[in-house]
Amino acid sequence: MIRSKKWKPKQASIKRANMQIDDLINHTSEWLKGTGPNSDIVISSRIRLARNLNKIPFPHWASKAQLDELIDKTSLAMSKVALLKHATLFKLANLDSIDKQFLVERHLMSIEHTQKTEQKAVLFNEEENIAVMVNEEDHLRIQLLQSGFNLFEAWEIINTIDDALAKFLDYAFLPDFGFLTACPTNTGTGMRGSVMLHLPALVMSRQIERVLAAISKLSFTTRGLYGEGTQASGNFFQISNQVSLGHSENEIIENINGLIRQIIEQETQAREIMLSKSKDVLEDRINRALGILKSARIITSQETVELLSMVRLGSDLGMIKDIDRRTINELFITTQPAHLQKLENKKLSAQERDLKRAELIRKKLNLL
Amino acid sequence: MLCDICAKNAATVHLTEIIDEKMNELHLCEECARDKSAAMESQFGLSDLLAGMVDFQKPFSKEEEPVMVKCPACGLSYADFKKVGRLGCAECYNIFRKYLAPLLKRIHGSNQHIGKRPMSCPGKIKSPVPKIDKPRACLQELKEQLQNAITQEAFEEAARLRDQIKEMEAKASKHKES
Repeated sequence: MIRSKKWKPKQASIKRANMQIDDLINHTSEWLKGTGPNSDIVISSRIRLARNLNKIPFPHWASKAQLDELIDKTSLAMSKVALLKHATLFKLANLDSIDKQFLVERHLMSIEHTQKTEQKAVLFNEEENIAVMVNEEDHLRIQLLQSGFNLFEAWEIINTIDDALAKFLDYAFLPDFGFLTACPTNTGTGMRGSVMLHLPALVMSRQIERVLAAISKLSFTTRGLYGEGTQASGNFFQISNQVSLGHSENEIIENINGLIRQIIEQETQAREIMLSKSKDVLEDRINRALGILKSARIITSQETVELLSMVRLGSDLGMIKDIDRRTINELFITTQPAHLQKLENKKLSAQERDLKRAELIRKKLNLL
Repeated sequence: MLCDICAKNAATVHLTEIIDEKMNELHLCEECARDKSAAMESQFGLSDLLAGMVDFQKPFSKEEEPVMVKCPACGLSYADFKKVGRLGCAECYNIFRKYLAPLLKRIHGSNQHIGKRPMSCPGKIKSPVPKIDKPRACLQELKEQLQNAITQEAFEEAARLRDQIKEMEAKASKHKES
């Protein structure tokens, strides 16, 4: 658990910040718990809002002094918001590269936020479901991450935080264009809703291309596990809205929900067909995956994600009874490179990581 | 297997490049792969795509080409925006309004926001302090007029509008303080 007192801006010393980040390693993020609606197919639901302030240029165009001023202003405002009371702010300049990668792996910030970090900060709460990036592409990127299929609930919480922040911050807004963002692709609501789906049956039955093609025609985007610029792997797909202007937040969420419900339906059907037509083959694949994970001595993260995906399917279908969803979800994150290095408390080469990864998985799965 | 680029470290990243229909397989170490991906990113990123979109629409004749228009608040020119695909500050949206409105429509299918408004801004959904709404709304109109005056090069009119806006903003901030 993180020991986060009510944090005061400008006080996070390097030592304290590192200590707290290290504490996260033994803590499970709220969104990984594998609970919530449709959590057999939907891993998580996420909403993010892009917000900027008047009178200060957007991060890519602002001076260092202006960006420092922005960190001070926004961190003071955030300290006054009830829902952020137990959140901690970290200045990225105080973190080493493993720490930064570690936060990306935990979905607390984007890959873009690890670059040119001098005037950047990130704030998140103990449950790790609320995170705010300061001076990423926009002044503020507020995100809310929920376990399962839960976009409306995520919206309600993030909307409350946004309203509270607006009392203290002079948001850049025009009545016709809405919230103003550095990139015109986010203008309007500044909102992106995304849902992380696990679709192994659609992939195995080779229906996924058809589904993805339909999604892009409807002006939604598909990304991989780590958002923008990452490829889908291990049968995980993150689907989000592209359009942020001309629809209300509720309409945007309703549209995503409608699409996600259809995809859930298709994945469920595909799973049922596989169970009725080729149960033996499926059971074999799932148990082989589990067998490799339980006994491998060297394993890459790519192979891990693919095999864990099969084991998760086995758990969802009741073929694997002694491993719960939460354990599998946790392994997806703790086997990532920065997590392994945090666990070992030192820098590891790719080869060393493959050894450590196999060891960690064996320990976790054979204990059960 | 050693890295194809540095030939020092073991290759752990395997990349397939297709250049002029020729397929080329690269085996790289982590470090060289990172450099390579950074190089690729700078060759073609989202900003290029967006900048491309700005060009595609071409609704203006040569004389109207807005590249020289600069935002007085942050100094970003329309040419800068075309290059980086990002605006400089909130005021840019007022200054480049004429060119952004069609671009937003192209990206989103609409350029009219109908979602949430911050409490302090005028709006149909939430307007808890209607008294402040009116001067703000007027201010907005004046800013639009100023923008039009600038693009039409009616500088006397622009100067008059600018002074009027300044006066109103001063009043508004006094109002806020009191």
